[in-house]
Amino acid sequence: MEKGKGVMGSRKWAVDFTDNSSSPSTRDIPDPPGFTRASQDQDDSAMSRQKKDAEANWKSQKAWEVAQAPFKNLLMMGFMMWMAGSTVHLFSIGITFSALWQPLSALQGVGKVFEPYKDSKVDLLAPKLLFIALNLGGMLLGVWKLNTLGLLPTHASDWVSSLPPAHEVEFSGGGIALH
Amino acid sequence: MPKMKMMMILPVLMLLLLLVPTPSFSLFEDQVGFMDWHQRYIGKVKDAVFHTQKAARKRVVVSTHENVIASLDLRRGDIFWRHVLGPNDVVDNIDIALGKYVITLSSEGSILRAWNLPDGQMVWESLLPGTKSSKSLLVVPANLKVDLDSPIFVYSGSCLHAISSIDGELLWKTDFATHGIDVHQLILPSASAVVHAVGVTDLSHFHTYEVGVMSGEILKHTTASFPGGVYGEILPVSNDRFVALDASRSVLVIISIQNGKTHLQQTHVSDLIHGSSRDTVILPSKLSGIFTVSTDTCIAFIKVTDEGKLHVMEKVDNKVVVSDALSLSEGEQAFALVQHGDSKIHLSVRLVHDMSSNHLKETVEMDHNRGFVHKIFINSYVRTDRSNGFRALIVMEDHSLLLLQQGEIVWSREDGLASIIDVTTAELPVEKIGVSVAKVEHSLFEWLKGHVLKLKGTLMLATPDELVEIQKIRLRSSEKSKMTRDHNGFRRLLVVLTKAGKLFALHTGDGRVVWSSLLQSLRSSEQCSQPTGLKLHQWQIPHHHALDNNPSVLVVGRCGSSLSSATAMSIVDAHTGKEVQNMVPTHSTVQVIYLPFTDSTEQQLHLLIDADNRAHLYPKTPEAAEIFQRESANVYWYSVETEAGILRGYGVKTKCNLDEYCFEARNLWSVVFPSESEKIIATVTRKANEVVHTQAKVIADEDVMYKYVSKNMLFVATVSPKASGPIGSATPDEAVLAVHLVDTVTGRILHRMTHLGSQGPVHAVLSENWVVYHYFNLRAHRYEMSVIEIYDQSRAENKDVLKLIVGKHNLTTPVSSYSRPEVMTKSQSYFFTHSVKAISVTSTAKGITSKHLLIGTVGDQVLALDKRFVDPRRSLNPTQAEKEEGLLPLTDALPIIPQSYVTHAFKVEGLRGIETVPAKLESTTLVFAYGVDLFYTRLAPSRTYDSLTEDFNYALLLLTIVALVVAIFVTWVLSERKDLQDKWR
Repeated sequence: MEKGKGVMGSRKWAVDFTDNSSSPSTRDIPDPPGFTRASQDQDDSAMSRQKKDAEANWKSQKAWEVAQAPFKNLLMMGFMMWMAGSTVHLFSIGITFSALWQPLSALQGVGKVFEPYKDSKVDLLAPKLLFIALNLGGMLLGVWKLNTLGLLPTHASDWVSSLPPAHEVEFSGGGIALH
Repeated sequence: MPKMKMMMILPVLMLLLLLVPTPSFSLFEDQVGFMDWHQRYIGKVKDAVFHTQKAARKRVVVSTHENVIASLDLRRGDIFWRHVLGPNDVVDNIDIALGKYVITLSSEGSILRAWNLPDGQMVWESLLPGTKSSKSLLVVPANLKVDLDSPIFVYSGSCLHAISSIDGELLWKTDFATHGIDVHQLILPSASAVVHAVGVTDLSHFHTYEVGVMSGEILKHTTASFPGGVYGEILPVSNDRFVALDASRSVLVIISIQNGKTHLQQTHVSDLIHGSSRDTVILPSKLSGIFTVSTDTCIAFIKVTDEGKLHVMEKVDNKVVVSDALSLSEGEQAFALVQHGDSKIHLSVRLVHDMSSNHLKETVEMDHNRGFVHKIFINSYVRTDRSNGFRALIVMEDHSLLLLQQGEIVWSREDGLASIIDVTTAELPVEKIGVSVAKVEHSLFEWLKGHVLKLKGTLMLATPDELVEIQKIRLRSSEKSKMTRDHNGFRRLLVVLTKAGKLFALHTGDGRVVWSSLLQSLRSSEQCSQPTGLKLHQWQIPHHHALDNNPSVLVVGRCGSSLSSATAMSIVDAHTGKEVQNMVPTHSTVQVIYLPFTDSTEQQLHLLIDADNRAHLYPKTPEAAEIFQRESANVYWYSVETEAGILRGYGVKTKCNLDEYCFEARNLWSVVFPSESEKIIATVTRKANEVVHTQAKVIADEDVMYKYVSKNMLFVATVSPKASGPIGSATPDEAVLAVHLVDTVTGRILHRMTHLGSQGPVHAVLSENWVVYHYFNLRAHRYEMSVIEIYDQSRAENKDVLKLIVGKHNLTTPVSSYSRPEVMTKSQSYFFTHSVKAISVTSTAKGITSKHLLIGTVGDQVLALDKRFVDPRRSLNPTQAEKEEGLLPLTDALPIIPQSYVTHAFKVEGLRGIETVPAKLESTTLVFAYGVDLFYTRLAPSRTYDSLTEDFNYALLLLTIVALVVAIFVTWVLSERKDLQDKWR
């Protein structure tokens, strides 16, 4: 970037040949004879519509692809979890927490992920839903893994394991006569 | 992306694996003495024999009341060697034979042993079975030769034995039981080949026998009738004269043997010693021609002239202690007298030929906490000017042993610590804020120096000298012996009560005696004769509002030996050792109960139960009475009558008639064991201060079992009466061991189990919801250990998670024993190789850390055994889930792992008890094992998971951090520079 700027700054002059303005009145120089701005516009618009359609198509296709991407992730995660086993150690915990964290961060950034494919003609709702569903699936997988690791308080033992002994009402002492 | 993560995780994992130390419970060699200490004692000296002539290392051989024989260095008082005989092997006599063997006669004269004098190796041992029990006498002739052998004469079991001193062979034996006489003295007149045995029959006939030393035949027998009877012993005055006291203790009888005839001559004590003469005793003194008589007023030295006339040479106060005679050169004899002055003792040595004046008189300053002199032994040495010098070994009232020489205490040994009765602990004072700057700087400098040295050691840069220095710093860290409370609770005072009635405070850091105090209440006085200590309890433990007070301990003793004797009590400041209060209540004490209530000054309420089953409340304040009145409906006590085989439970009935603080008992329940089939041999309860963290036990598959945690549970072991003797006295069919768990509030037997073919001795420990006990299995011919775990079935339904989450359960409601909760037990037995002297269990501050059993083995060591080994849920093939839970596969025997001896290379000779005290750090427990020796260490049953180890190298950590910071800075500078260069390109 900085290098580019340096090059720009070193230019002494430049001519801009592009002309996108549509009304002739704003221009100092009249249009050459035989040149109609409108026809070009029309021509352009036809072409651009075509182009736009293609782009929309491509966008929706891409959006669907993006939406389906977590599925691969899900499979990979499942494989990793299977590999990690069901005992609590660093590796399995790492895998499980990444399995929980990834869908969560993905869900937070749903809008951002589909930003490039935003188009008036493209219906992003369905891919978005799929994306969310798949990520939720991933999260569920993570939670399930957490449970198989025994890290979820779903058993009675998780609620009573640190319960202090109940207070005893009576007190008794004594023993064999001291010698 | 996950792959990336995995690649990142793996190295971290590897690094962590490298950092985790390999699990080991044992210590390294250089850790010995780092947090443990060991002290060796011998006990109260009973007899002493000096060995100073022609010996390079001057020594004294002693026998003690703790059945120890030891050879002590006369210069410094160190132990050269020591043997602790069993508790039933009482040493009767010791002597030195041939100048190289120590001869000991023990077990009522039935075992004679010779030990090599320089190193204490046993040379030979002879068993002398007698025919009838009698007193035991040992005579080691100084220079008697019989066929190149020097015989030793032993009278025991009514037989006279001559034993070769070379190999312990029995040369001959003469039975006196057939003559029906009871021999009192053996005398070996010098330069004659006969032994004189002097004795009485039926206390009215006096006999002397002359026995030939060659073959043991009786050469001569004389007798004389003595109708008055004899009190005590017949003592020799000279080779042919004896003195005895008649049965009325008022007439002295001089027995002289001349020309085979026995003459008796009677003299009234009151004629010799004017004034009252009660409690007359003849003292054994071995002075030639002189005997000593002690009465209630004085001690008199009485000379027997050649004509048989008695002549009182001198009278001294009866508080004076007289030593045995010591033979000097040219037939001269000397003896020592010790007189007690005000914080001084006066030692005088007199010569028999010149009784009127002191040969030597010395005054020695004596700590009043040592009490009176109980015994004195003297020894002489030749000074450079060829005159005789004397050294005296004295045994004090507190059982300490001192050597006096030239008016000074050369050394002293606190041998009272060999007979500890009870142990408790006290907190040290809180550190005062405001330490001088110089001290801080100094300690900082020391700290840095120490750590730099350690760092050098770690990096293997240290020289051997420095390595020695490092070890020294580690062992003598000033931190551990400070007199203030520490954050981890490692520094404590161990307050111990000894048999002598002395209280000692030992610092846990290095084992030194911080203070010691001879309790006035436990000293013989007019109100209280022969008091004995019984129990030591914490009396005041300042916590919050009484923080300015020092903690104090309560000592309970008894005047005399019978259960109905009066009580002696003291309250002692645990920081200074001062007796704050000294009480002699009139009631007796058979049991001391530590109530779980405190008054506003944090004094613990105690109940003293007397022999008539009345409860006496202490402290005697209206406030305490009010607290007790409020709680009395829920206070119970029980008694275990081992003789009758009855357990009885009591509650408070009414106040006694006159005393505000005395309560009558009402018998609530009794458990009577049938005397023909069961005899109580052991009872054990939970420790009063034990903390249990949780009531639930999580087992495999996240299941829960609820422990039956009750402080009111008593374990009782009974055996069939036939099997109550030693092992081997009963056949397996006769022996039945029954164990019971009894609720002491209601008398309900929670569980009963019998072990057929097993017998005691039973050693047990009860903790949380389990009891582990050790006994002998006669069928298997092996020792066994069993465990019983008890669970509460009435809470077992509490398994619904939702209900637990919203708090709908009965787990925290107070429980009453009267609700009769249904219980379930699990038990299992294992073989155990050792016989056991004591069992204890580790205790921690919150009870979270897993437990280890501490087993005092027959080899006087303490073995730590993980409680997981005695888990009744062990099975042959544990499931995967059970393995995950940490359940071990079942084995028939408990493993003894050599590394798990907490006493490592040391022995706690005569081990009697193992006390565990929780430190403030949850992982750590303090262990104090006592017997004749003392041993203290710190244990972390689950390793120190909550702190860095003491040898953690802070300097290395600091260095690493500094190095990292420097590296970050350098790389930052380098990257900046590179960036700049790139920009200029």
